[in-house]
Amino acid sequence: MSTLKTLNGNQSIAEAVRQIDPDVMAAYPITPSTAIVETIAKFKADGLIAGEFVCPESEHSAMSVCIGASSAGGRVMTATASQGLALMWEMLYIAAGLRLPIVAAIANRSLSAPINIHGDHSDTIGARDSGWIQIYSENCQEAYDNFIQAFRIGEDLKVRTPVLVGLDGFIISHSMEVIQVEDDDEVKKFIGEYKNVFPVLDTSRKMTVGPIDFTDYYFEHKRNQIEGIENAPPVIEAVGKEFGLKFGREYGFFEEYRMDDAELCIVVMSSAAGTCKDAVDELRSEGKRIGLLKPRIFRPFAHQKIAEALKKMKAIAVLDRSSSPGAFGAPLFTEVRSALYDYAERPKIVNYVYGLGGRDIKVEHFKEVGLKLEKIAETGKVEEIYGYINLRE
Amino acid sequence: MKKETWKELTIGTINLDAGNSVKNLTGTWRSGKKPQFIEENCIQCFFCWLYCPHSAIRVEGEEVKGINYDYCTGCGICSVECPPKEKAITMIKEEMKLAGGSTE
Repeated sequence: MSTLKTLNGNQSIAEAVRQIDPDVMAAYPITPSTAIVETIAKFKADGLIAGEFVCPESEHSAMSVCIGASSAGGRVMTATASQGLALMWEMLYIAAGLRLPIVAAIANRSLSAPINIHGDHSDTIGARDSGWIQIYSENCQEAYDNFIQAFRIGEDLKVRTPVLVGLDGFIISHSMEVIQVEDDDEVKKFIGEYKNVFPVLDTSRKMTVGPIDFTDYYFEHKRNQIEGIENAPPVIEAVGKEFGLKFGREYGFFEEYRMDDAELCIVVMSSAAGTCKDAVDELRSEGKRIGLLKPRIFRPFAHQKIAEALKKMKAIAVLDRSSSPGAFGAPLFTEVRSALYDYAERPKIVNYVYGLGGRDIKVEHFKEVGLKLEKIAETGKVEEIYGYINLRE
Repeated sequence: MKKETWKELTIGTINLDAGNSVKNLTGTWRSGKKPQFIEENCIQCFFCWLYCPHSAIRVEGEEVKGINYDYCTGCGICSVECPPKEKAITMIKEEMKLAGGSTE
């Protein structure tokens, strides 16, 4: 029997951590993810978890502890945000290169400068090419559900890749929500026993971990690493289905909202998708054939499935909560646009950057986007291929 | 040495053949000069053995007996450090050969 609990996003993650009880948790507090670390520390002090809780001197060290513990053969997690994730940077690549299934909860926050503690996706999108699987959550329930699934996905023997779970800073991390918390035993059963792959502490086997590669082996090792994340899609799908069968909430690569007969579509990730659903409802009641596609998995990017879902649209707006200065559009946009390239008849597609540094995006903003899409569909003309929402021009 | 394809490699850069750098014959890096050991001049001070960056000084029993050319890169440090006036290690010319070491 699941129970209803009133938790914010950070507490939802901490609750999942308590149930999973990883062997090692190493984290350094940073806004807006501090409460995750704080709550885990309290659980440890209260004797509710058996795993080691390590307080290192920085995020760089936190990820280093995770890498050491995971190489040794433990199930490992951490939590951070923004500058903390940035400080982990070189270690993120090492965790992925060593194929260590570490799970990290990231309370998405903007990057300095200027310094700002509020939510956007600059931190995790910036870590796009580090080799980590990236899952984004719309609300506290999804943060909890995604965090549990992350262990199953990353630890799969064919995948063995670290996973980060994003929840929007403050908007989700600090917002109270009534969520379904599953039974401790059921969560433990779902996760299963941790399976070791070449643990360093196995002294019966002599081996080297992370040796230097020159021009002769680096390329092969990198290709070998890429295979891990490319093996993830069927695992993500199977774990999402199994989660649905067991707990009643099924997950895939993305969620489609009112897309059945849609001609116009807004593509947006995380908490803003919730607001977008209201805008879609209002536009639908005004007779507009509009829907929402909310990507859940950003890496690996489900390009074929997303293109299949979007190819019949007349006009699409992709909304990014991060920017890629100097690039032709923001990161989610370039992915979606590229995914559609192989279709002979392609929808018109535009990009809007929104919500940097926690700037609000409201129902009315989504409605404006919807009306712009309607005009593009009618005229077949795109006036601005990318722009900004709720920015003082 | 046959090199594995990416599919044949163990995941996570793990090398289950720990200690296999012994197969990497660094002596192939040598070009132009090699040390020559002159046993009658050797005072058995072990300076060459201490300073050699590649552990290429051959020791048998408790005596320096020569150079292991499989790993000697020809850097010449042993010859510089050798203390006797009549040096026990001198650098001599060696015919140039193509390096065939660890790189493609």
